[in-house]
Amino acid sequence: MRVMTAQTGVPPSIEPDPGATGEPATESAGAPERFVGRSPGQLAWLRLRRDPVAMVSAGLLIFFFLVALGAPLIERLYGVGPRDRFSELLDSRGFPLGYAGGISGDHWFGLTPGVGRDLFIHVVYGLRTSLFIATTSAVLTIVIGVVLGIIAGYLGGVIDAVINWIIDFTLAMPFFIFCMAAVPVVISRFFDPRDEVPPSFRMWLLIVVFALFNWTYTARLVRGQVLSLREREFVEAARAAGAGTGHILFRELLPNLAAPILVTLSLNLPTFITAEAALSFLNIGVVEPTPDLGRLIFDSTTYLRADPAYTLIPGTTLFLLVLAFNLFGDALRDALDPRSGR
Amino acid sequence: MSHLLEVTGLTKHFPVRGGWLGRRVGVIRAVDGVDFTVDRGATLGLVGESGCGKTTTGRMVARLLEPTGGRIVFDGEDITHLNRRELRGLRQRLQVIFQDPYSSLNPRQTVGRIVAMPLVVNGIKPPGGIKARVQELLELVGLNPEHYNRYPHEFSGGQRQRIGIARALAVEPSLVVADEPVSALDVSIQAQIINLMRRLQRDLNLAFVFIAHDLAVVRHFCQRIAVMYLGRIVEIGDRDAIYATPAHPYTKALLSAAPDVHGEARERIRLEGDVPTPLNPPSGCRFRTRCWKAVARCAEAEPPLRTVPTGQQVACHFPESQQSQPTGTTADAVSGSRPDPRTAEV
Repeated sequence: MRVMTAQTGVPPSIEPDPGATGEPATESAGAPERFVGRSPGQLAWLRLRRDPVAMVSAGLLIFFFLVALGAPLIERLYGVGPRDRFSELLDSRGFPLGYAGGISGDHWFGLTPGVGRDLFIHVVYGLRTSLFIATTSAVLTIVIGVVLGIIAGYLGGVIDAVINWIIDFTLAMPFFIFCMAAVPVVISRFFDPRDEVPPSFRMWLLIVVFALFNWTYTARLVRGQVLSLREREFVEAARAAGAGTGHILFRELLPNLAAPILVTLSLNLPTFITAEAALSFLNIGVVEPTPDLGRLIFDSTTYLRADPAYTLIPGTTLFLLVLAFNLFGDALRDALDPRSGR
Repeated sequence: MSHLLEVTGLTKHFPVRGGWLGRRVGVIRAVDGVDFTVDRGATLGLVGESGCGKTTTGRMVARLLEPTGGRIVFDGEDITHLNRRELRGLRQRLQVIFQDPYSSLNPRQTVGRIVAMPLVVNGIKPPGGIKARVQELLELVGLNPEHYNRYPHEFSGGQRQRIGIARALAVEPSLVVADEPVSALDVSIQAQIINLMRRLQRDLNLAFVFIAHDLAVVRHFCQRIAVMYLGRIVEIGDRDAIYATPAHPYTKALLSAAPDVHGEARERIRLEGDVPTPLNPPSGCRFRTRCWKAVARCAEAEPPLRTVPTGQQVACHFPESQQSQPTGTTADAVSGSRPDPRTAEV
């Protein structure tokens, strides 16, 4: 701690917390009037930008998101749609002609055996399905989790007990078994077995199931954070100044929750991508004709020995996507390290 | 109304819940009947060990806690049980300075927003604009007004406490409850903050309730001092009377624990044992379990606050002798007279 030049009006030079900023205090001598205060968020951003892993994974994620968003555009430029079949390029046993599953200038990732569809455009649309389901469920999960977590943590008492009981109840349910048992039942409630179930219904069903099963982790995390923040004196200071509950929750508490919420969000996404792929692999997720990475992998296993490229290409895509999300989530957590929040 | 703040019989009991369905299994008597007054522009020091109820008292006065019993009259108005809306007016006249400058400032807000917060939530629009007012406040507490846009982590502990003081002064209160405002600071910084508060108190004619756990800090700041023990005030009076002739054995022990600047060798009274639990305070005088003068009567009757010849009020059946003896001999004499291993040690 430094002795201050209190009454003289000389600006006391500021020592940044060691570790709070990765930057040397460049603005020290010479120009005392130009010192820009950096918010904890800005400091985290600076640290993130200096982390090569974060930057590479972020670049990869941006690329995947652009591909998913621009899928119809790619389809037009590429000239092949997901429903187009190229039976003439398959041999008599249904395997694509040429090397590595029929990779060529027209079909960048080759063709699928049996049906003869273009694999590249399937992977592109599969990414779109995966990212749409994962992002929507992650956002929904966070919203439910944050709202219930803040309520439970700040209000406490009976409400806290009830929410905790629901969390325990939800956590006790086995996710995949529940999905296998419940998804067909729900679908048969809404649709006649002879009718075709619209693909969008299946997607939204998955999103709801993911959100219902995963908000609990966020809620617990947020509740714990609120419990500790609630006792901090700045909350008391706001009360002493006459601030209402709304001001305290949204102006004082919520900004301090941004870091854990962001980290949970970024780590929830890969979980949902793999879970969605797993469900589709088990044939209770997205079904034909919606393109999906998990189902592509499931379909490819039949031809694994004869045409390994068919498994390898969607598998690698899924692997890269999940890896990038996980690495970015970890880098984000390091950058937002709560120890520097003081 | 003569007094700015008048507290009578203030009580706070915390229920202890446990067992099946959170039944009430006991009561912690954190504050158990406390009376004091603070005049306009005056300073009262509230001193005692941790757990004696001084912070709880401060929080009740600032109405951050709901009192269980008693009355708090502020500026002629009974504020004991005001609801949240009625409290709004009070918040502008009574502010709090907190103990821990590391937790009392929101790390996600700029200093400007922190100091402006009381103005914003109360809808106050100062004449020159909020920014000008905040900069004026920063200058008032000895900070560079250009630091408006910085974040708390860019400041040292002492500077943070100055920010906390600026925030408390934003609404121009007439009473400030300072809850151990310097306990978390380095000794070298403590004096600066105390001097700042003294200057502000004089210049702005502020009244202070200054909570501290050691008498040395309060000595330079408060005209009147109240010593608390286990939820009760055991001695209250003018600073000079209390420092020169402490009448309660507990005050004497506290004073002997503070280092003396004048270098006079003062005998140290070492209190044995811990403060008894407020769940089940001792009968009669609460200090008797650690008092070297305790006799049977102390367990039977609770001593009321009585004025002693030197002017202060003391809650003791056997107040320390008022003849100004050389400091330290009392303890010797007493411990010699009562061969009890728990008694005062020299």
